[in-house]
Amino acid sequence: MALLQISEPGHSPQPHQRKHAVGIDLGTTNSLVATVRSGMAEVLTDEQGRELLPSVAHYTADGVSCVGYEAAEHNVSDPLNTLASVKRLMGRGLADVKTFGDQLPYEFAADDGGMPKIKTVAGLVSPIQVSAEILRKLAGRAEISFGSMLDGAVITVPAYFDDAQRQATKDAATLAGIKVLRLLNEPTAAAIAYGLDQVEAETDTAPQERIIAIYDLGGGTFDISILRLSKGVFEVLATGGDSALGGDDFDHAIANWLRVQVGMDEDLNPIEQRILLETAKSAKEELTDSEQVELEILDWKGTLTRTLMHSLIDGLIDKTLRACKRSLRDAGLENLDISNVILVGGSTRTPRVGEKVAELFGKQPLCSLDPDKVVAMGAALQAEVLVGNKSGDDMLLLDVIPLSLGIETMGGLIEKIIHRNTTIPVAKAQEFTTFKDGQTAMAIHILQGERELASDCRSLSRFELRGIPPMVAGAAKIRVAYQVDADGLLSVSARELTSNVEARIEVRPSYGIGEEEITSMLQDSFSHARDDMQARALREQQVEADRMIEDLLAAIYKDGDALLSDDERRCLKVAIQELREVRESTIEHRVLARQIESVAKASEEFAARRMDASIKSALAGHSLDEIEKG
Amino acid sequence: MLKMNVVAAKASTFNRSGAGTRQVDDPVKLSSDFFEIFSIPVAWQVERSHLDAMYRKLQQEFHPDRYASKGTVEKRLAVQTASLINQAYDTLKSPLKRAQYLLELKQIDASQDSHITSDGAFLMQQIELREALSEAPNAADPFAALDGLRSGVESAYSQQQMDFQAEYQCDNYDDALNSVAKMQFSAKLLYEIEQLEADLEDQ
Repeated sequence: MALLQISEPGHSPQPHQRKHAVGIDLGTTNSLVATVRSGMAEVLTDEQGRELLPSVAHYTADGVSCVGYEAAEHNVSDPLNTLASVKRLMGRGLADVKTFGDQLPYEFAADDGGMPKIKTVAGLVSPIQVSAEILRKLAGRAEISFGSMLDGAVITVPAYFDDAQRQATKDAATLAGIKVLRLLNEPTAAAIAYGLDQVEAETDTAPQERIIAIYDLGGGTFDISILRLSKGVFEVLATGGDSALGGDDFDHAIANWLRVQVGMDEDLNPIEQRILLETAKSAKEELTDSEQVELEILDWKGTLTRTLMHSLIDGLIDKTLRACKRSLRDAGLENLDISNVILVGGSTRTPRVGEKVAELFGKQPLCSLDPDKVVAMGAALQAEVLVGNKSGDDMLLLDVIPLSLGIETMGGLIEKIIHRNTTIPVAKAQEFTTFKDGQTAMAIHILQGERELASDCRSLSRFELRGIPPMVAGAAKIRVAYQVDADGLLSVSARELTSNVEARIEVRPSYGIGEEEITSMLQDSFSHARDDMQARALREQQVEADRMIEDLLAAIYKDGDALLSDDERRCLKVAIQELREVRESTIEHRVLARQIESVAKASEEFAARRMDASIKSALAGHSLDEIEKG
Repeated sequence: MLKMNVVAAKASTFNRSGAGTRQVDDPVKLSSDFFEIFSIPVAWQVERSHLDAMYRKLQQEFHPDRYASKGTVEKRLAVQTASLINQAYDTLKSPLKRAQYLLELKQIDASQDSHITSDGAFLMQQIELREALSEAPNAADPFAALDGLRSGVESAYSQQQMDFQAEYQCDNYDDALNSVAKMQFSAKLLYEIEQLEADLEDQ
């Protein structure tokens, strides 16, 4: 019933053209790709029938030699060129990396204070490039399975990821040539996969609303999310966690115990480190079923009991439980308000984790779906809706921003502008004035985090608003607007109101990589020859142009009489005609993109009027009872 | 009120907008106020369950996910519209923000820092409450101390809300503004009690 929607919501204009969409779980240790077939989410396998893809890439002097299982085989023999667990490095600075860098055997090179790059025989490699290799491999798996190109993907991220980490993930997808339909929080994906909204719809006796806790312990990250599910709407109430704590830390704790037992000193070479870690990992897995395990390293022999292992890892699990309590408090809830607890992530296979979680929430967690697959499956279900194959009328995800956004103020303090756990998308604006007579510029430093001092928070971006006309102090009015989109990504604009000087900026996190760098990486990459890229970019713009023409004509037909003056209608028609001509004649994707942008500008006011009208009509004609019953 | 680092620089216009970049636009300008968006009367009393139901209904229709397969313009508009709906919901569900907004609709600026109550006895009481808060961690049972403090502040807060309602209803905006100032003190204190409790639990 929205006026803006020409076809029914969720139905594509050409129903016969089924689109190919996937959900991708880009994990620290393993990654997966899933799609929806006959209404069911299923994980796609490789030629050998394997579902997981180890998140590992191996580099030789020629570049990437292999990705996945094959790459993981080089773990022990060539650790410095076998890049694993790079998710922990995504969007991080060198300082962050140092705090857990001792757990990763790589050598880092920081360039201009950005995201650290890893030194390999192939030269410096960014974590984004490694992630792109993994994504490319998964997309390839999907394209083989579909027998055609991929139309889009939902890629999951830990709910706790900040702007820099999300942007890095999106950049990796761009680099891999994948269209991102949405960055989806992993816990939300898990809740979708369990189909709790379906249960709700089918049983009349189901409670009006239920509260779901999703406990997600992956290899390198921990997430806790508290969701409210009501009439098909998943609303994230609170989210928390630790983006540098995961099951890998269990392995490290056990490996460290082993090191002491064996009598090695702390200065291990990469190969010794690998051996200890591999032994620790298999010991942990064996203790899932047995009470104790016999171990052998070099000429040392010993026993690790389950009780002893608990004493090594309980501190880490307790850390996750404290985060759970904090999120409950953020949501204004008690632990007994929770209706369902879902376990996600391979590290929840360690039985001790389930025991302690059950204890905290006072109920047995749900774990019927494979904790390694559940996120990819949920992402696939959401991708199916977003790409337009399935009507999503009954399901909606309302996410929150996980960490507060703010700006640096005098004295290195931070002033919060958007508080954590605010539902996204969200927009905020602030007004500032000048501090000195004749001041013509102003610097704005945007940060993300909860700490009081700017130096303790993640620096996202610094920019300057210049060209303010000289005025006496306090006369200028500078309006800074912040917009966080549904992916949790921030953009900022600033404008001096008395003179209309404007600075529109793209917030590229300080730790991210530049647009130009992405382009050059794309051009360097072997699988994307330059011509391919051009053709692909042109095709994308043509699709966009066609859609824009079709949408606009339909909108004019429907609402033109009511919302446009004759002049305005003529102008739009001319703009559409020009776009049509450029679309037919140009082979330069940039030329077409500029034309599209100009039509977008020309039709903005009309679109806004239609949105305004449809907001007003959305609730009109519905009684309150009707709306509450859904 | 400038609270930013100042950089002296020569005048040159800064504009990096363009295709492919993330850019932000002014929010959609709606002629409706927040109450109209939710089809409810402009009043202090808001039925929370009605508000919640209509919020979900609106987001079902305007959330950017509903526009994922649409063109650039409509996608951008959907982000702005959904942001506005979120802001309206956030404002109306919070007693303090709702009270401030009601005054704003009467052209009275009740936002933070812009006014302070002149009720001396009230201010004295606030100082005492703050002292109690700073001493709470040293109490024999800090959690009990905080609970006691909280229930006191909560009942004061609801009294202030009732005062506001009465004053607002009979167009007594000067006193209503004063009540909002007191509500700000209470809301801030409640927030700080929560924070302190969280910090103590984490230790």
